[in-house]
Order: sequence, then structure tokens, then C-alpha cells
Amino acid sequence: MDSVHDMGGMDGFGKVEAEANEPPFHAPWEGRVLAMQRAMGYAGAWHIDHSRFAQEKLPPVTYLSASYYQRWALAMESNVIERGYASPEELKAGHAQTPGKHLPRKLTPDVVGAGLSRSSFYRQQQGPQKFKPGDRVRTKNIHPKMHTRLPRYARDKVGVVEMCHGCHMFPDSVAADRGDNPQWLYTVVFESRELWGPDADPTIKISIDAFEPYLDPA
Amino acid sequence: MAGHDHDHDHEHGSELSETQLRVRALETVLTEKGYIDPTALDAIIEAYETKIGPRNGSVVVAKAWTDPAFKKALLEDATKAVASMGHMSRVGDHLVAVENTPNRHNMIVCTLCSCYPWEVLGLPPVWYKSAPYRSRAVKDPRGVLSDFGIALPKDTEVRVWDSTAETRFIVLPMRPAGTKGWSEKKLADLVTRDSMIGTGLPLNPAEMK
Repeated sequence: MDSVHDMGGMDGFGKVEAEANEPPFHAPWEGRVLAMQRAMGYAGAWHIDHSRFAQEKLPPVTYLSASYYQRWALAMESNVIERGYASPEELKAGHAQTPGKHLPRKLTPDVVGAGLSRSSFYRQQQGPQKFKPGDRVRTKNIHPKMHTRLPRYARDKVGVVEMCHGCHMFPDSVAADRGDNPQWLYTVVFESRELWGPDADPTIKISIDAFEPYLDPA
Repeated sequence: MAGHDHDHDHEHGSELSETQLRVRALETVLTEKGYIDPTALDAIIEAYETKIGPRNGSVVVAKAWTDPAFKKALLEDATKAVASMGHMSRVGDHLVAVENTPNRHNMIVCTLCSCYPWEVLGLPPVWYKSAPYRSRAVKDPRGVLSDFGIALPKDTEVRVWDSTAETRFIVLPMRPAGTKGWSEKKLADLVTRDSMIGTGLPLNPAEMK
């Protein structure tokens, strides 16, 4: 969806300000949010693209004014409610009123290592790989209302396939609860002038990782 | 907790406490429902606070600087090469190392969210997840570099990698001059987190304390 999370190329946000000696968390609740997200992911409650989509659906003003872990918490609340893991009343009361739904597994201290590891996104291919490194491609001009990982600044642009990363689960499908729908994944590199016009610095090149449905031959 | 329309600084304290209360309520409900175990959350937090940090990546870079066969393996398949070192919890399946050269400087960003190679660099810093970095890195990377005090030669290619899928990138920076014969351990001390994101360069020997 075309919301403010898709920030590449926007102006006006100012300088990048690095914090010296930044701690892992700025408050204990941030760590709880991160760890809950890991635990719910491990349990199979939802997929990472459901978390991303829930953040993208936040009102733009909320997205921009909330801190990073506040956004995570808001997204988690909406996934908990929308997917039926708890009711809004329970979250408001701060206590469960009914037993939980069944989840495939639970993150316990003895398996925390597994909770810290990323799972594999490789999936069995559904069809042959359409592009190979060196091929010229044009990204599609799409504006889905749903979750997509094709950023606006790189739509309807011509680039060159640089790598193929194998066949991965397709976020656009996963976030819409339409299954893994595996797709070939490529790194596609663009000249800066293709993305930003004739005044762009020609020494700059930008790549995205693009799923095959985002691409046409060029 | 968000979407507030009051003055941010003035209300900062009460805003945080509202967030704390909501997060606590969420944890209590998920625990009572049987989905999560708070002691496992403690262990996750402890791991991020004490074990999973950029030192993991620094060690990988230092090994690549001293061991040509490892460097070749790293650039061919970073997932496999890093896993072969066995010094960290299993990395995801999709790590790619990109090499800086005298002609090319690499920089990593995630414009859509905050994708970052956590297993090798730890938690991303706030600036990496911030709107200024996410918006500008793909359009004005040299400007971003200048925010970090870095000025590259005008003809150096600047290559920006937007992490839009589950592939994760780590920059293999150039080995600083004046480090001939250094041990991997000593070299790893030169490898900063930012040098592996591409918004910084490794320390040079004179900058070592």
C-alpha cells in the first residue's frame, strides 16, 4: 500500500542523527516488545509480513509520531485482535477472560536459541526462473492496497538483474493470508538517473530485491 | 500511546508510562492465554543485551582480511561461510556480503521498514530505523555519508542496497593501511558497526586507543 512507511526518496526528514553509545533498549518495555514479537513469531501466531503490514496500516500521522517499538507494539495489538488471539476488552483490562487459541508451539527458555534464529524463507519453486543475471527488466507500475515489497521509487523503472536468490515465500501473498505462493527473488540494480532523473549523481547505483511478479522483461 | 496531539516534550513522561502500561497489559494477556513464557522473554532480552552485537560481524570481517580462502567463500555464500565459523547462533539462510574496493563503496538500507543483518550486527541503531536515513539513503547517499563525516572521492561508485526482501547484507570494508601482520583479534577491533553498514569506515591504527 502507498503509505508513509515507503520512504525511499522523500525529502524533508532532515539529517541523520547518530546517538553515541546507544544502549540496546532505551526503556525496559522496548525489550519486552521485541521479545514478545519473537515469541509470537516462534509460536506461529503470525508471519513477519503480517507485522509489517499492520504497521503500514497505521494512520500516517501515528506511524511518523510513534517511536520504533511503539509501532511494533501497536502492530502487535492489532494482529492479536484481528487474528483472534485476544479481545480488545482483554487488552484493555490487562487480563485474559477466556483460554487462548491453539498455537503450533511455544517459546520456552530451553529453546530460546531457536527463537533468536531467523527461519528460512526458501520455498519449493512453482515454475522455472524467468530471469538471469545480466537481463534487463522493467519493474511493474503497481499500487496495491495490500502489502507489497516493491517500493514506489522503483516502480516502472528499468534495471539489470544482478543476482538470483532462489525461490522465496512471497510477502504480498503471505500478508494477505493467501499462502506462501513462492516466487523467484532477484537483486535488480538501477542507475541513479533512471530513478531520480537527469540531475542525479551518476556515480550512484541503487538496488532492490524484487520478486519475479514485480518484473517484466525490458 | 501514539497519535497524540499534545506537546511531545511536555507530555513525554506520561506518554511513556501509558506505553509501559499497554505493553504490560499485552504481555499479561498473552501469558495468561498461554502463548508466551515471560522467562523466555527475559532470555531473549539478555541475549540481545549481552551476546548478539556487531562484534560477531567484526570477527567475520577480520577473518576475511587475513584469510583469502575465507574471503572468497564469504563473497560467494556468506550464510555458509559465517556458519562455518561456528561462533554465533545460526544465521538466517539469506546473508550476502558485499565488498568495498577503491572504486566502489557499499551502503545498506531498508527504506520500507528496518531490515538489518541482526545475527551479525545485533540490534539496529535508532538512526538506521529513522525516517531521515530511510528516506535519503537511496537518493542522496553521499549526503548521508557526510552526516557521518565521510567524504568519498567524487568518482567512487556508491552502491546502495535496499533490503526489500529477506536477503540481508553486510558490507566487507577495506582493510586499513598500516595493519600488516596484525592478528584477527586486533584487526576485529578496527571494524566498527557503521563500517559494516556502509555509513562508516574501519578505524585506522592511529585511531586505536
